[in-house]
Amino acid sequence: MEFGPYLMLAMLEGAVLAAVLALMASGLSLVFGVMRVVNVAHGEFYMLGAVMAWVVTQFMMGLGGGPAVNFIAAAVLAPLIVGSIAAAADVVILKRLNYDPERVIVATIGLLYIIQQAALMGYGPDAKPVVAPFNERIALPWVAWGENGLEMYYPWGLSTTSYKLFVIVAAVVILAGLRLFMTRSRAGLIMRATQLDGEMATAFGIPVERVYAIVFGAGAALAALAGVLIVPIQQAHYLMGGDALLLSFIVVIIGGLGSLAGTVVAAVLIGMSDGIISVFFTPTLAKIIATLAVALVLVFRPQGLFGVKNR
Amino acid sequence: MTRRDLTSHLGLIAGLFALHFILPAYHHGVFARVMVLAVYAIGYNIAFGYTGLLSLGHAMFFGAGMYGVGIASYHFAIPALPAWIIGLGCGALLALVVGLLALRTEGVSFMIVTLMFAQAAYLVILYFSEYTRGDDGLVIPGDMRAIGSWDLSDEGTRYLLAWALFSIALMLSLWLVRHPFGRVLVALRENEERARLLGYDTGGRKLAALVISGTISAAAGGAYATMFGYVGASFAGVQYSIFALLWVLLGGAGTVLGPFVGVLFMTYLNDVASGVTEAYMLIAGVVLVLLTLFAPQGIVGEIRRRFWKDLP
Repeated sequence: MEFGPYLMLAMLEGAVLAAVLALMASGLSLVFGVMRVVNVAHGEFYMLGAVMAWVVTQFMMGLGGGPAVNFIAAAVLAPLIVGSIAAAADVVILKRLNYDPERVIVATIGLLYIIQQAALMGYGPDAKPVVAPFNERIALPWVAWGENGLEMYYPWGLSTTSYKLFVIVAAVVILAGLRLFMTRSRAGLIMRATQLDGEMATAFGIPVERVYAIVFGAGAALAALAGVLIVPIQQAHYLMGGDALLLSFIVVIIGGLGSLAGTVVAAVLIGMSDGIISVFFTPTLAKIIATLAVALVLVFRPQGLFGVKNR
Repeated sequence: MTRRDLTSHLGLIAGLFALHFILPAYHHGVFARVMVLAVYAIGYNIAFGYTGLLSLGHAMFFGAGMYGVGIASYHFAIPALPAWIIGLGCGALLALVVGLLALRTEGVSFMIVTLMFAQAAYLVILYFSEYTRGDDGLVIPGDMRAIGSWDLSDEGTRYLLAWALFSIALMLSLWLVRHPFGRVLVALRENEERARLLGYDTGGRKLAALVISGTISAAAGGAYATMFGYVGASFAGVQYSIFALLWVLLGGAGTVLGPFVGVLFMTYLNDVASGVTEAYMLIAGVVLVLLTLFAPQGIVGEIRRRFWKDLP
């Protein structure tokens, strides 16, 4: 394949990664924005989403459903289950720590191992696939100068699948919905009020503890949804949370902790550049550059590249 | 240092020496490993327990010591003792560089910055697999694992050397926290602003604490490499940073004896758990959650709170 089509392929793969990353990171960012705590177990909720998608489709297959019905059931049930688990963890653990930032980090590290190892025990050490609801191969055209001037042709290997395009569209729709929910709905208003001043919100009769449980659950559900979307492309494995967590940390920090718009921009930036840098350099070098960049951003520009300094 | 401090800590050291002659072979080996890892935890405790720096990247200092020794003895045939000093230097230098950058942040940001630096260090080890042999790791040649006539692959010598290293690190950390310098570190942990108001150079002290902490961790990493003859990338991974946090929290952050108690408990707990299930890390997770919920002081911290108010 020539360079141009090759780059386009890398960008398409990058866009799929960016879509999933944006969903996952916006969950992390939502939790940090409203509750001011870092959820280290976020990657495990993503893994749990993928694993639950496998469990639900397995169960539905027993009932004789087709791939599309199974997948819709997984996309609805897995985030619900994972969100409930997370909300329960918030009530049982985080609430008792009074959301002290450092103790929450330690507790969520513990939660990370509990979820990961429970998945190892219940689901097993093997990666397992989920069938995509639809998966037509779509060949993509490319233009080049030929004998008769500008020609359009279909280079061998330049293709994507309808499912990958669906993932990108789905992520855009969900994120737009989340944005509308936060800015236009009453529940979103309550969340933003809690974010600005928890004590004042309590004084105005907002049940802050319940808001926290819902936000923590919703953040985990977003990660789980990202897991459900990725699992037909990349099988479900009990260790898949680690890399995903690191990447979403990177995205959230570059975008500015707690800023939803910044998170989405950063996800696109990181997803695309990860795809493209990996074409030119080895993936390990790309990761070294990304992690060092994040550390330096935090040191020299703690509000993130796109965030504004608060206060 | 009061007489009571000295007797209790020297008592532990004497007890561990006596165990050398008593312990059955299997536990003898376990204790040697526990003592070396306790040195790593003692190093972590100086940053986290005494100065209040929540680092999630100490595995990079442990790894720096380990790979300093590993590369020196594997590629350059440098004998054990000079190689260990090189490992110490690597750890101190890395801690200085990381400290200069990371200490510009605090709290949660400091944790993420150290995590990212450690991840970058881990990936660097994998990237230069020509020298580090990546995931496979280096096996240190037998003739490099000797100091003079002491053969470190011999179990008795290994135990005694681990014991000596542990004793030095334990007494050093006891001396440090009783020294005015150590008291300032505690003041930084409790209220940094007030310490600054009293005229202490808080930035310099934190950097010094991190360099001391990183150097001790590197000393443990280097010793681990020569004693057990293996240098692997997994020792520099995020899991080993979390282990340090877990050990210190379990034993008691900000106590001199805590790191050893934490490592000992966790090692035997893992030993029992891995006999039952392959998901033995589940125990580590449960312990972490229970500790933060019910015993943030850890084992030795609880003893201090209830029975022995001035335990260091």
